[in-house]
Amino acid sequence: MKLEVEGRPVFAYTANHGVERGKRTVVFIHGAGLDHSWFGLQSRYFGYHGWNVLALDLPGHGRSAGPPLTTVGAMADWVAHVLDAAKVERAALVGHSMGTLIAVDCAARHAERVERIALIATAYPMKVSDAFLDAAKRNSYDAFDMSTIWGHAPSVPLGANPNPGMWMYGDTQARLERLAPGVLYADLNACNQYSLAGSVKCPALFILGRRDQMTPPRAAKTLQEQIPGAKTVLIEGSGHSLMAEAPDATLDALVEFLTTQ
Amino acid sequence: MAGPKYPGFDTLALHAGQSPDPATGSRAVPIYQTTSYVFRDTDHAASLFNMERAGHVYSRISNPTVAVLEERMAALEGGVGAIATASGQAALHLAIATLMDAGSHIVASTSLYGGSHNLLAYTLKRFGIDTTFVVPRNLDDWRRAIRPNTRLLFGETLGNPGLDVLDVPTVAEIAHTAKVPLLVDATFTTPYLMQPFKLGADLLYHSATKFLGGHGTAIGGVLVDSGRFDWEASGKFATLTEAYAGFHNMDFEEESGTRAFLLRARREGLRDFGACMAPMTAFQILQGIETLHLRMPRHVEATRQVVQFLAAHLAVAQVVYPELPQHPDHALAKKLLPKGAGAVFSFEIKGGRAAGKAFIESLRVFSHLANVGDAKSLVIHPATTTHYRMSDADLQKAGITAGTVRLSIGLEDPRDLIDDLDRALRAAQK
Repeated sequence: MKLEVEGRPVFAYTANHGVERGKRTVVFIHGAGLDHSWFGLQSRYFGYHGWNVLALDLPGHGRSAGPPLTTVGAMADWVAHVLDAAKVERAALVGHSMGTLIAVDCAARHAERVERIALIATAYPMKVSDAFLDAAKRNSYDAFDMSTIWGHAPSVPLGANPNPGMWMYGDTQARLERLAPGVLYADLNACNQYSLAGSVKCPALFILGRRDQMTPPRAAKTLQEQIPGAKTVLIEGSGHSLMAEAPDATLDALVEFLTTQ
Repeated sequence: MAGPKYPGFDTLALHAGQSPDPATGSRAVPIYQTTSYVFRDTDHAASLFNMERAGHVYSRISNPTVAVLEERMAALEGGVGAIATASGQAALHLAIATLMDAGSHIVASTSLYGGSHNLLAYTLKRFGIDTTFVVPRNLDDWRRAIRPNTRLLFGETLGNPGLDVLDVPTVAEIAHTAKVPLLVDATFTTPYLMQPFKLGADLLYHSATKFLGGHGTAIGGVLVDSGRFDWEASGKFATLTEAYAGFHNMDFEEESGTRAFLLRARREGLRDFGACMAPMTAFQILQGIETLHLRMPRHVEATRQVVQFLAAHLAVAQVVYPELPQHPDHALAKKLLPKGAGAVFSFEIKGGRAAGKAFIESLRVFSHLANVGDAKSLVIHPATTTHYRMSDADLQKAGITAGTVRLSIGLEDPRDLIDDLDRALRAAQK
């Protein structure tokens, strides 16, 4: 679906369905340097199971025009504007990595628009190492390497991909190589700078990978403690890229959380 | 990089794509000799069919043993993924059928395996896909041959049998300027000697029958996608960027971005054309890949010894191997193939067709057959076998004469190979 927000083209994947009144809506928000297709299997499932799906390309990512936004707050406001553009009053938000901060911020500052949030691979604060930030700032391939290797469980290069025939490292590298210069840095810097802007009152689910090297489960503790009643699903063996590394377990957790009233 | 490191080539050759079998702990890749897979429930079945969940449905589309080979090859080549096929020719056909329709055009090297030349020059023409052939080292010819309906540039990393070295970086640049991808047949080089994606190629395939399998036991192919070509930005690939009625109106690029090509190739190409690989074949080829990094240096070293011997032999008119200074692509080979120019080469025996026949029939260690890339050394006479369908003019363009003999150097003791060649050359001159 092509939308327009603040005069700029925005792309939202809808799994071949329109946005219909009367259906619940789930919004997928990708992580640093990625795009809507990172949620390919999960977003498609919900689109074909009675939900309105908006799997977003953030500004400067995928098919949405740039420039990239530079703060999580601006990204959260942008998500609210996307809901306006799609004529959606209220939605569940599913974020991954940087997308989790956007979901949290949106839930805190646009509470009336957010039904519930699912946070896949998160940390708070989401501090990024100086080496990673510096490499991204220089548009060095080192940043893509760090994103690729830390973005998966250590076992990934020496193991099997649940998605037959695909090589997770290669897919991540190819995605990152499509980014315009400066986009990955803008994303990482936004994560690094983010401070919680309020409290989250809506239901929340944490989906964490036991072998996450980028945002290890212990790094989610502060955020877990700040959201009353939040639930957690810990997926054994998975790293940071849960949608690719553990697609079924991630989907099952989302289905249970989003379909339970 | 100061941070984490990627596993090396040798490690990936042994491990990429396979975790020890969760059901049995099997360390070796199990052969999943099954056609189909039991669904958990009806919703699970529907989700697998509709690509909402990852997994296997039917072994024509994917199979756990075959998937190990696919992922391993994608890892060794640095691609996003791969599809294993019934043969190298099936991989070439799958690539073309995924990218274009009737009315499309290909620019291809003249220096191709005879079967590939035949597919492009005659068979695909019947289906409305035309090809213009260009001498691969004439770079301006590639540019001039491109038409508005061109959808692909195609060549072999090391051409068959003249060992023309494809200038992958330059031809890739020409392709990208025209907003089309470059596909290479990387069979002769394997990922050990060249990784074409690092040089700018977008798609590649192997006849896995050759050095990957390495033992002459199984026919197979592997098609690998770099994931780097932006089909949407090109605007020339409706099969990947427009709704496909044959799969729920899926727009493959919108659906999966970097994986669009492989998604359509698997979901349409394997489903409809059906040239899939059998799990037993994948297992055999995987056994070969596990020692690729050990075999290839040995193949190359033995080849160098044999080439030196033949180049100095009085019964040999010329040896065609890119590591020889007189080869027209010698400088390019040094640049693109620093680990070696492979283990297949040709030479011209003095005395023409009759001498060639006597030579081949006198060999004892070399096997006379239609294959390359075996652990055993092989010999063939292209003009009467692999390239027999080609006209004299096309043969000449491909660098083949009546006296051309092609050798594939195996892993025997090089001294035995040289003795065998010497004896046969002497017999051929009587």
